[in-house]
Amino acid sequence: MELFLDQLPIVIQALNVGFVQTLKLFFVTLLGAIPLGLLISFGTMSRFKPLSWLTKLIVWIIRGTPLMIQLLIIYFFPGLVFGVPIWGGGESGRFLAASVSFILNYACYFSEIYRGGIQSVPIGQDEAGLVLGMTKSQIFFKIKLLQMVKRIVPPMSNEIITLVKDTSLARIVALQELIWAGQAFMKGSHGISGAIWPMFFTAFYYLIWNGIVTVLLGRLEKKLDYFQ
Amino acid sequence: MSILQVEHICKSFGNTEVLKDISFSLEQGQVISIIGSSGSGKTTLLRCLNFLERPDGGVIRVKGETLFDAKDPSTLNESAIRKKRLHFGLVFQSFNLFPQYTALENVMLAKELLAKEQPDYKARKNEIHQEIQAQAELLLKQMGLSDRMTNYPHQLSGGQCQRVAIARALALQPDILCFDEPTSALDPELTGEVLKVMKELAEQNTTMVIVTHEMAFARDVANQVIFMDDGRILEQGTPEELFENTREERTRQFLSRFTEG
Repeated sequence: MELFLDQLPIVIQALNVGFVQTLKLFFVTLLGAIPLGLLISFGTMSRFKPLSWLTKLIVWIIRGTPLMIQLLIIYFFPGLVFGVPIWGGGESGRFLAASVSFILNYACYFSEIYRGGIQSVPIGQDEAGLVLGMTKSQIFFKIKLLQMVKRIVPPMSNEIITLVKDTSLARIVALQELIWAGQAFMKGSHGISGAIWPMFFTAFYYLIWNGIVTVLLGRLEKKLDYFQ
Repeated sequence: MSILQVEHICKSFGNTEVLKDISFSLEQGQVISIIGSSGSGKTTLLRCLNFLERPDGGVIRVKGETLFDAKDPSTLNESAIRKKRLHFGLVFQSFNLFPQYTALENVMLAKELLAKEQPDYKARKNEIHQEIQAQAELLLKQMGLSDRMTNYPHQLSGGQCQRVAIARALALQPDILCFDEPTSALDPELTGEVLKVMKELAEQNTTMVIVTHEMAFARDVANQVIFMDDGRILEQGTPEELFENTREERTRQFLSRFTEG
């Protein structure tokens, strides 16, 4: 017990460092995937068939294969197969490759949620905007976007909660995120080795962060309750 | 000269001919009612006037200007159509109010967006906004909605929603205001309040095209009535001619259902 209390501050400090990297990946993914998903959804809904087919193909592949494989391919392929290690070395290179993989993967999931949201706004809203002389982009941004956002908050919350936990997959390319930081104490880190509990302890970080995310998204949902 | 001239409008969806050679004209300040059974093409005709559907053939002229000519590709340009739509207003059967905006904002939105295209918008931003708001408030007042301006559509009754929608269409001061069965989604109690404001508009000489199933109203308010059947104008004339001296057997058959019921 005494040993545990001695180890605890050291472990927590190391896990905090890992958690910062986890949070960075989480926010970068959201920041990239939320707008990219919208572009992809426009692509799949495009009346220009080649574009629609191409984006649907991409969405199919990305959603149809494990994120872990995508991470490995994106991280290793350029260097190993083409001899062009585009990501650069070290932690920043790993972070960059992980960010690209996560953004692409989540953008594809988001795009399908957006598509559902956009298509669920009644056609009468478009028509009302058109007869009032609005442009297509005015109709989208001034009329349909908020109605769509209101409809997609619940399914988006689901994805965002999954993302909190999915960040741990970046461990596979040795990104020094939360799991990596916890696992390090098994083989030895900060003078502690053979300790398995720090890795289990990481679960609390995910749980608490997801608690905060759930509350925030719940507030957003409530905030949009002013209209139907 | 007529404010609106519609000549030989044809429209098909796939193999179904929905409009067959429709021609009529409308004078400034007059009201035309279009009656007929469901599927006779009334709504499609209104949608063609508002460029929500593109006719396959025919010409639409407003104030002598050719807005649409199926034979002249230069009139079919998408961005030009946006401006041409402004000659017409359209009130929908299902209101189609914007749910995230208050009644007042619903009336103001389109006008504010159009104002942004004015060259002096930046310099006179506040002034323009005040003008638009004052005009919207006045319109809602005319619709009897002074105490409902800050309500959202879901807080309003169907009749109130439809009156907001009428104010919204009027805000852009269209030459011709079109109504697509404006009371069909309302229960009988609420129908009256909407018909009342439409009657007031007619008394103020608003030029209107009204598709309706309210026969008494069509007869009362319209200067001209058109009876459509199977995509054609079967009969048209003054309310007296159409309702009292009905020429066509098909029209008589249609009207009898309303007098008997």
